[in-house]
Amino acid sequence: MDADLKELYQQVILDHNKNPRNFRKLENANHFAEGYNPLCGDKLNVYVDVEDGKIKDISFQGSGCAISKASASLMSSMVKGLSIEEAEKLFKKFHSVITGEITDEKEIQELGKLAVFAGVREFPSRVKCASLAWHTMEAAFKQEEKTVSTE
Amino acid sequence: MAAETWHDIKNTSMNFDIDKIRADFPILKEIIRGKNLCYLDNAATTQKPQVVIDTLTKYYSGQNANIHRGVHYLSELATKEFEDSRVKIKKFINASSEKEIIFTRGTTESINLIANIFNKGILKDGDEIIISGMEHHSNIIPWQLIQDQKKIKLRVIPIDDNGEIIFEEFLKLINEKTKLISVVYVSNSLGTINPVEKIIETAHQQNIPVLLDAAQAIQHIAIDVQKLDCDFLAFSGHKIYGPTGIGVLYGKKKLLEALPPFQGGGDMISKVTFEKTTFNDLPYKFEAGTSNIADAIGLGTAIDYVSSVGIEQIAKHENEILDYATQSLSQIKELKIIGKAKYKSSVISFVFDNIHPHDVGTFLDFEGIAIRTGHHCTQPVMDRYNIPATSRASFAIYNTKDEVDVLVKGIKKLIEVFN
Ligand SMILES: Cc1ncc(COP(=O)(O)O)c(C=O)c1O
Repeated sequence: MDADLKELYQQVILDHNKNPRNFRKLENANHFAEGYNPLCGDKLNVYVDVEDGKIKDISFQGSGCAISKASASLMSSMVKGLSIEEAEKLFKKFHSVITGEITDEKEIQELGKLAVFAGVREFPSRVKCASLAWHTMEAAFKQEEKTVSTE
Repeated sequence: MAAETWHDIKNTSMNFDIDKIRADFPILKEIIRGKNLCYLDNAATTQKPQVVIDTLTKYYSGQNANIHRGVHYLSELATKEFEDSRVKIKKFINASSEKEIIFTRGTTESINLIANIFNKGILKDGDEIIISGMEHHSNIIPWQLIQDQKKIKLRVIPIDDNGEIIFEEFLKLINEKTKLISVVYVSNSLGTINPVEKIIETAHQQNIPVLLDAAQAIQHIAIDVQKLDCDFLAFSGHKIYGPTGIGVLYGKKKLLEALPPFQGGGDMISKVTFEKTTFNDLPYKFEAGTSNIADAIGLGTAIDYVSSVGIEQIAKHENEILDYATQSLSQIKELKIIGKAKYKSSVISFVFDNIHPHDVGTFLDFEGIAIRTGHHCTQPVMDRYNIPATSRASFAIYNTKDEVDVLVKGIKKLIEVFN
């Protein structure tokens, strides 16, 4: 594979695409939001269980490309246990890396597992894919606390 | 099967020289990410032959002036070139008069023009318009915009699992309130060639006019508007090897004369006072303001180019490519073709169980292959098949079986990486 392409589709990403973590509906979630990318028609639901300002549990469901699915999967495993503020801070940093604002390798590595998404900066049209889950999580935080109804 | 369609394709065994044709399109020599360009996104837009590029250069460097206004040499020259192009288009689709050829910005504007003047001149509360379930958004939204002002109903002909309209359902939709049937000739996301002759015949039995969206037909199928007897026909220049920003609305003279004008401005009037204005004759009544002169002339050259190769020859070549691609892609078990109509033209849409079209598009791009991924401006079609998007390869005059092989190889590599 071409180097840029390999950088985009790292093994970790392909792996999370195939076996996404926390890919289910969270029955006792008290925050929920629906994300939509009109460009490609991708839909993503994010469920969060927040307790005392902390993310006790988080899950997602939906359809999307490898980048958006892997991003949702990795996000869900990274933010579990963080406070809402910490999660939002992490998103800010993540966003700066995928848009290429942060290019310093040391800073990128501070993202931990999320650093695999740095390759997205070479593909501006895919930034939306990588950030869809995060935007949806942010929207879920802003939802008033209520259990997500089963329709 | 790629079709001989509802048209008789003449069995002219003229020599179709693919190498010569490819040499006519300079962009095909481009190297993309280290690979030869394999351009399979022709339903989005086609590449331009050198003669079209040269026409634009020649116009701006030696002929540019405003038309229909000046008595000076250049203005007369530009006017002649512009009107000559109209005549070429008239001949190409066999309209009965050049007055029936209106220049627009493209298919979208042509359909919006009809929607606008039907709204002003014909439609009343309770009226109905029939479209099909495989329309491009440009043949859906213009009608919905009228619904903001009037209580008109949009009735949609359903499509079956193969991507064909269900004709019996169409018959049920027609009634005395139907004021127009506006359907796509060839679907841009499924490749289906619709039975437009039958639709037109049925509509005319009830005196209902028919508009054909020929955006994906004009470059692949010989069109004779008099034989078809369609009332209106819309297409875009950029999909038939011409420039962007120019398109055509064909309309029967009698109908166009009876309908109110679209936009107001220069060129579309014959006499103006502050009290009253007399509108100009056809086609100028519908061409307010300075037209896209250069690109209209460029479109004329593109039509000349297509005619010089022969639209039947082109169709034959493209059908061979489509058949070959359908065969080759059918052999990939992870891949599912969306759109299996009996009569198809130049478009093949496909999906994978586990690979998203976005990933397909990005991956193939690195093989130099340009295809389109997404909903192709036909979201209702995606909903119909319960998919978010497809990958689409679409063929043109210059594509080859070798390029289909490149696509197949790329897809096999893709499956290896993602599965
Ligand atoms: C079937 C069909 N109709 C309409 C259009 C709109 O054409 P344009 O964008 O050139 O106006 C397209 C182009 O994508 C098309 O494929």
